[in-house]
Amino acid sequence: MKVQKGLHYTNDHEWVKLEGDVAVIGVADYAQHQLGDIVYVELPEIDDEIEKEEAFSAVESVKAAADIYMPVSGKVVAINEELIDDPALLNADPYENWMIKVEMTNKAELDELMTSEEYEKFLAEEE
Amino acid sequence: MEAKKTPLYDEHVKLGGKVVDYAGWYLPIQYEGLVPEHEAVRNKVGLFDVSHMGEITIKGKDALAFVDYLMTNDISKVVDNQIVYTFMCAPDGGVVDDLLVYRLAHDDFYLVVNASNTDKDYKWITEQKGNFDVEIVNISDTVGEVAIQGPLAQKVLQKLTNTDLNTITFFTLNRKVDINGVECMVSRTGYTGEDGFEVYTTNEGVVKVWNDILEAGKEEGIKPCGLGCRDTLRFEASLPLYGHEMSDVISPLEGGFKYFVKLDKASDFIGKEALNKQWTEGLKRKLAGFEMIGRGIPREGYEIQKDGKVIGHVTTGYMSPTLKKNIGNALIATEYTELGTEVDIMIRNKPVKAKIISKKFLSK
Repeated sequence: MKVQKGLHYTNDHEWVKLEGDVAVIGVADYAQHQLGDIVYVELPEIDDEIEKEEAFSAVESVKAAADIYMPVSGKVVAINEELIDDPALLNADPYENWMIKVEMTNKAELDELMTSEEYEKFLAEEE
Repeated sequence: MEAKKTPLYDEHVKLGGKVVDYAGWYLPIQYEGLVPEHEAVRNKVGLFDVSHMGEITIKGKDALAFVDYLMTNDISKVVDNQIVYTFMCAPDGGVVDDLLVYRLAHDDFYLVVNASNTDKDYKWITEQKGNFDVEIVNISDTVGEVAIQGPLAQKVLQKLTNTDLNTITFFTLNRKVDINGVECMVSRTGYTGEDGFEVYTTNEGVVKVWNDILEAGKEEGIKPCGLGCRDTLRFEASLPLYGHEMSDVISPLEGGFKYFVKLDKASDFIGKEALNKQWTEGLKRKLAGFEMIGRGIPREGYEIQKDGKVIGHVTTGYMSPTLKKNIGNALIATEYTELGTEVDIMIRNKPVKAKIISKKFLSK
């Protein structure tokens, strides 16, 4: 499984990249791999305010649907609309193809997430 | 209880199958991926391990009368080496199981039942025996089975046998077919909506048959196929799955399968009275097909509403790999089953528009 350096990760296999005050959020390689061929992505609306650990998206393969949870709380300022037309982008490159960008309401929440090194260890234990 | 391994377990692992516990069996959900495997069966040929299926034999002087009494379909019309799809119902009209009945002879029947229902079915059948002079044996543990399915299935299987497969017509069988040195029972049946065969043999024999078929089908692009595409294929072809489109609480009439319930057959059968009553009084709910208008994939169990009122639920739903549409089966109040009716599928607690369409999603 690919783990991109420099990102923050959750136990549920979401990632966060900090760009100034904005958190860019997506799913990790492990998650897209578990789901298989992704055929549907549901994204929130711009300006939605969503709390940490609430579901902000549903990603579905032919076989199953999976909720994707907020790694941090915040207000949605951008959604990656390309994913709606071409959900398979998440399979192709889950780090390049982000899902949403949020304005964080509490930056301290980032410290509760794993570093890429910690996430790698976490994955090794999951296997 | 620890899940059981089919005789092909090691082959699944070797082929990189993603093995899961399904109905008490370790079976691959997929190898390469659900969609390519689904497409292989629709366009070329695929091979399934179906050794988990249950097999029960009913033999003896009264075998025909007994099987006819158990089943909703008319078994008296079936000839030697012919197969019928049927339901086995309880007195209340609920389904004990849906199955294939193979008539080997008038005193020799071979039942192929759902893996998850095998023990229940065996117990049920035994309890109904009464004064019928029959011997009932659950031979499931001694039978290995594969299904070769797809438009090129016959071409591939024919390479391995001298028996002319044209002689095995739809829903008939040949008890003794030599598949590259292994004696098998072969029927032209399946659960995909495509042409194909189901091949029954011993647990030892089935490993060779599996590997020989995969080898023989290389040129045709054969793929080993998992349970994932088995479900999408059967769903697109409007073939019901026990526990979804019919069950102990969903009658075959509600499921829309009256063709397999011969209410007017000569002999009495278990459930006849209840089913007759249900039919005469009119069905309160029925199975219907639907297609999403709004965005979203319908999934099993999702609630269905009309004007904010709950009218039923989704029994199976998918993004159809063949049609590339989000479609499903709905068990809903009869008054909403007319084609074109708009209903709301509750997807993650939000109503999403759908319209009722024919259940025959694949019209060839």
